[in-house]
Amino acid sequence: MKSLPFSIKENHIFIVATTALILLLYGYGSFSFTGFSSTQVILNLFIDNAYLIIVATGLAFVIITGGIDLSVGALVAFVSMVSASLLEQGVNAYIVILVTLLIGIIFGAFQGYMIDRFDLHPWIVTLAGMFLARGASFLISTDSIVITNETYSSISRAKVYILGDSYVSIGAIVAIMVVIIAIYMAKFSKFGRNVYAIGGNVKSAKLMGLPVKRTIILVYTLSGFCASLGGLVFTFYMLSGYGLHLLGMEMDAIAACVIGGILLTGGFGYLIGPLLGVLSMGIIQTLIMFQGTLSSWWTKIAVGFLLFLFILLQRLIVMRRGRRKVIRLEKQNPSLPVPSQPVSGDFK
Amino acid sequence: MKHNFYKITQMKIFWPLVALAVLLLLNLFLLPGFFSIQIKDGHLFGSVIDILNRVMPLLIISLGMTMVIAKEGIDISVGSVLAISGALAAAMMEHTSVWVALLAAVGVGIICGLWNGVLVSVFEIQPMVATLILLTVGRGIAQLITGGQILSIDNSVYQYLGSGFLLGLPFPIFIGAAIFLIMMYLKKRTAMGLFLESIGNNMTASKFAGIQPKKMIILVYTICGVCAAIAGIIVSANVSSADANNAGLWIELDAILAVVIGGTSMRGGRYFLGGTIVGAFFIQTLSTTIYSVGINPQIVMVVKAIVVILVCLFQSQEFRKLFLKFTKKKVSFS
Repeated sequence: MKSLPFSIKENHIFIVATTALILLLYGYGSFSFTGFSSTQVILNLFIDNAYLIIVATGLAFVIITGGIDLSVGALVAFVSMVSASLLEQGVNAYIVILVTLLIGIIFGAFQGYMIDRFDLHPWIVTLAGMFLARGASFLISTDSIVITNETYSSISRAKVYILGDSYVSIGAIVAIMVVIIAIYMAKFSKFGRNVYAIGGNVKSAKLMGLPVKRTIILVYTLSGFCASLGGLVFTFYMLSGYGLHLLGMEMDAIAACVIGGILLTGGFGYLIGPLLGVLSMGIIQTLIMFQGTLSSWWTKIAVGFLLFLFILLQRLIVMRRGRRKVIRLEKQNPSLPVPSQPVSGDFK
Repeated sequence: MKHNFYKITQMKIFWPLVALAVLLLLNLFLLPGFFSIQIKDGHLFGSVIDILNRVMPLLIISLGMTMVIAKEGIDISVGSVLAISGALAAAMMEHTSVWVALLAAVGVGIICGLWNGVLVSVFEIQPMVATLILLTVGRGIAQLITGGQILSIDNSVYQYLGSGFLLGLPFPIFIGAAIFLIMMYLKKRTAMGLFLESIGNNMTASKFAGIQPKKMIILVYTICGVCAAIAGIIVSANVSSADANNAGLWIELDAILAVVIGGTSMRGGRYFLGGTIVGAFFIQTLSTTIYSVGINPQIVMVVKAIVVILVCLFQSQEFRKLFLKFTKKKVSFS
């Protein structure tokens, strides 16, 4: 590595690998299909996946603390349903937007409170949250509601032109903004540092006097907020509310985080990762669409395979680190297992 | 007397049983015909039998899941494995005999379980992540097998597995009972149960004690895969078709729920097969109750969510402390 004019830090390897993958897939696509290389195709990736980028970014914070949030997909569906039904009753569009964002914040904060206060496993709590959100959207209506509100459809239609003829939607711009804010928060704010510290080791974070409780609740609140914002963007994109929207989307978001190099054991990962993960998944989908003969389930298989590769890569790096630590400690049993994931609440 | 009562309330199976009893009592009052069982053509019919019959796929998967959770793991791919095994059996049956198809279906469960187990033990990948791969890929593979269609099954032997009757009872009940007995045997009469619990409690310590965790982990995931495959056979046989998309959708979540309600901790360690069964029955009874009371079926999810939270709260030490505060004061003053 040292012979190269530039060297890749071990920490950056996921970001580099994912970026390389995106470039490779894009290169392959533009080489084999006409029209693939147009700017609009790239921008469409952002437009079609804006909601997923937002949700995955919020989820990334939770994962970095070593937790998980399974309720995001259901929350997106719930938000789409609430906004559709409120708009149907003639409520002002901006009030609807505010209400839906508030729903996400309250929902997330409640989940965080349950996890932190009662020492429940995040899996179970957010699983219940998922059932609750899905069920609640069916309570509103079991059918799909189409949104005809003028404000919503004008936001949905709005195109922001960049680079001549190519455009992005408002949702895509929101997504990019969310990613930038998230990167800033993770890198330069107290909150961000607390998140990493808790993910690294809850016990030592607590002994250091960091506000563990507050941070855990805040992290889930943030995830809930991002899910509702994602839901809003998704509603703009689809212009309909339906309780069955985005079934299993939480797994896509988790996959995006993993491909983007966020360790599911917590404590490590860059916030640009989820964006890259979503983009690489989106580009696979686009490739399969352009190819034409392959069926849609090949997307699942390809994404799964990708997931496998990246998880293996994560493992190899963590194992290498572990080995190095062991060599430093000397004469430790090299086959000692790497400590399993810190579960939030473990410190009690 | 008081001491004995306290002892009983401290048993892990106590709260799930109370919850199930409350639910059944509720049914007794809400639905007059709930506990009546009729005999038609030598077969037993009734809500209770119906619950017994329908719970089986969930119960079998939950039993497998209990073992996995006991070693501080999780297997979220069971729904996909269920879909694959059903799809494979249905697809194979068009060309070969039922028995080959059944073997293949169970075989694919073993392969899926081995895959998960190797990822978790050899590559030391976090269980949730390792099984996430198969969760994503699995439905794709199942769709690949069925060609994106719903395959219908027309074979009397195969259908018997899902909807046949033996001694007046639906046949799946016997499959479930057999699996439960085998697992009980493994837990109580072989060293496996002990090894498993020790690995779940403290992996490093059990390693130094001479247990080989890697082999155990692979074994446990394989068992879970086989359970999922058997559940897949029952599900597809019951409806006489294999649906790659919707068969066993979210069953992994229900299964985890059943295990947790049953008192097995997600942090590993001791596991309770009996508790898991109570948990699975609880979930199915809840669904059936909601359906038969005539509430909108979609509400099942909301009720499930509330119940999960409540049950978990009662299992939480912190939450109990809230109440213990009051009771302790009483004890100290009296």
